[in-house]
Amino acid sequence: MTITGALLYALCGVVLIGVGTYGFMTRAHLLRRVLAFNVIGSGVFLLIGALGRRTAGAQADPVPHALIITGIVVALSLTALAVALVLRHVGETGRVVLPEEDAEEGG
Amino acid sequence: MNALPALPLLELSIALPLAASLLAVAAGRFAANLVFAIGPAMMALAALLCLAVSRHGPLEAAVGGWEVPLGIALGADGLSGVFVVTGALILSAVGLFARRDFGGAPAETPRGYTFWPLFYAMWAALNAIFLGRDLFNFYVALELLTLAAVAMVAYGGTAAALRYLLFALMGSLAYLTGVGLIYASAATLDLERLHLVLQGDRAVLAGAALMTAGLLAKAALFPLHAWLPPAHGNAPAAASALLSALVVKAAFFILLRIWFDMMPDAQSPWLTQTLGMLGMAAVVYGSLLAIRQGRLKLIIAYSTVAQIGYLFFVFPLANGSAFALPWSAGAWSGVIFHALSHAFAKAALFLAAGLVIEALGHDRIADMKGIGRALPITWLAFGIAAISLMGLPPSGGFMAKYLILTSALAGGHVIYALVMIAGGLLAAIYLFRPLGAAMAGDNLPDIAPVSRRRQLIPLALAIAAIAIGPASSLPYAFLQIGLPEGAS
Repeated sequence: MTITGALLYALCGVVLIGVGTYGFMTRAHLLRRVLAFNVIGSGVFLLIGALGRRTAGAQADPVPHALIITGIVVALSLTALAVALVLRHVGETGRVVLPEEDAEEGG
Repeated sequence: MNALPALPLLELSIALPLAASLLAVAAGRFAANLVFAIGPAMMALAALLCLAVSRHGPLEAAVGGWEVPLGIALGADGLSGVFVVTGALILSAVGLFARRDFGGAPAETPRGYTFWPLFYAMWAALNAIFLGRDLFNFYVALELLTLAAVAMVAYGGTAAALRYLLFALMGSLAYLTGVGLIYASAATLDLERLHLVLQGDRAVLAGAALMTAGLLAKAALFPLHAWLPPAHGNAPAAASALLSALVVKAAFFILLRIWFDMMPDAQSPWLTQTLGMLGMAAVVYGSLLAIRQGRLKLIIAYSTVAQIGYLFFVFPLANGSAFALPWSAGAWSGVIFHALSHAFAKAALFLAAGLVIEALGHDRIADMKGIGRALPITWLAFGIAAISLMGLPPSGGFMAKYLILTSALAGGHVIYALVMIAGGLLAAIYLFRPLGAAMAGDNLPDIAPVSRRRQLIPLALAIAAIAIGPASSLPYAFLQIGLPEGAS
């Protein structure tokens, strides 16, 4: 198996997904988790783009590009919502981590 | 009547609520009254859609005149039809209910201003999912739904909304990666074309598994349910009703499309048994925790965790390869009936709980003595909805459980039958606790006045949950329209 450019990009995407997932799972800091989400997102976009390139031969397939652009817009708006919620959470509690209370206590 | 399929019913079902969402931003404090126009219009659209499907079979539409390889198709079959109608009825009822909590009068409030755009965006996203025929379109609609749902949860508590959002973010990334893998193998995202070209190779299975995992997080199937009780238990009543009745079902709806329309032959026993066992665990775990809760809304929220479990019985009991067996279509229809009757019953329960909080200022079961006497209509609605959740005849819940139970026994899946019976008993226990507390005591508690007209809304929803039972032959036949091959 030869390493083509597309395969290299796809592997980079996989590495980014792995790094991001590790950060998302291990960090409690909310802003870090939002950032980890963005790192995973970049990896996913890279993967989709590289795979699209591979299947279409010499000519790049435009559909993965459309998916990536839409995905970036969605990720951006979700990030904006997440950051707004984090800011409000910090304003309310003064803490940047989620309270590890049981669901029963809620409220 | 032949003109029906020519009407842009599919496009309007998505475009109208989307337009209403924008209009609600511009309308400011008058946005609360939009529901009087949009509600009936959406119900009429849903009725016409079902009429067209029942007369002419499944509908297809190429949006903007772009045919499928280039464009994105919308489609409606019997399954879409029943969900669009259920959505229109529940959203209209909840919209009427929410006018008091999120009305603008006399002055504009942040809540009154922001709720209605979210409400209509949620409606558009739900219909886009119910009428979708494209994997990536599902993704976009699911994200719009998540945005609206998380923002609604944030009214009740920032921490609960953040927890929900973190689950949803991981779910959406997993789904998107799956879409990418499937596109790389099949070079199309249209469900029908995928059904024709997909081979069960490893990349496709990995993609489908990733999409499924992402959707399980959004559907809150055990063990990915941790976000649901705080989110649904603390949001305002109208938002909780929508989240429990419709939003979690949308993720399940996409799972049905993936595993029954797109790749019915790829269901392995390993997959179906895993999903079925998670469903059983959800029924037992959710019910037991519901019994332990001290707050009315948390009982109802944990009940949602349990009731979602039943939906996943569809995979072991009606899986693709066994779809030709005579009872598997019964299990499939039973699960759909369960989704519908649970939607009506759960919306009724959350709205009733909202009225109780309005009257008492809290929802602690221990301090609820005599509230049943003070709010008789509300507790009548609660009781009727509880009948459907427990699965007592003649409710829709009974009809659903009867269909699932007979097919479980016919297929030799005795353990699923046992869990269903146990789940019904546990539901009776956790629902009788608040009912018993409300009926106890002789004196009337001190309560804030609650309008009689708003008490009728949960009552109407609860009666609808019951009516699905006796009237089930009509939707049963309708559901078979455009059913995945070999199941009719």
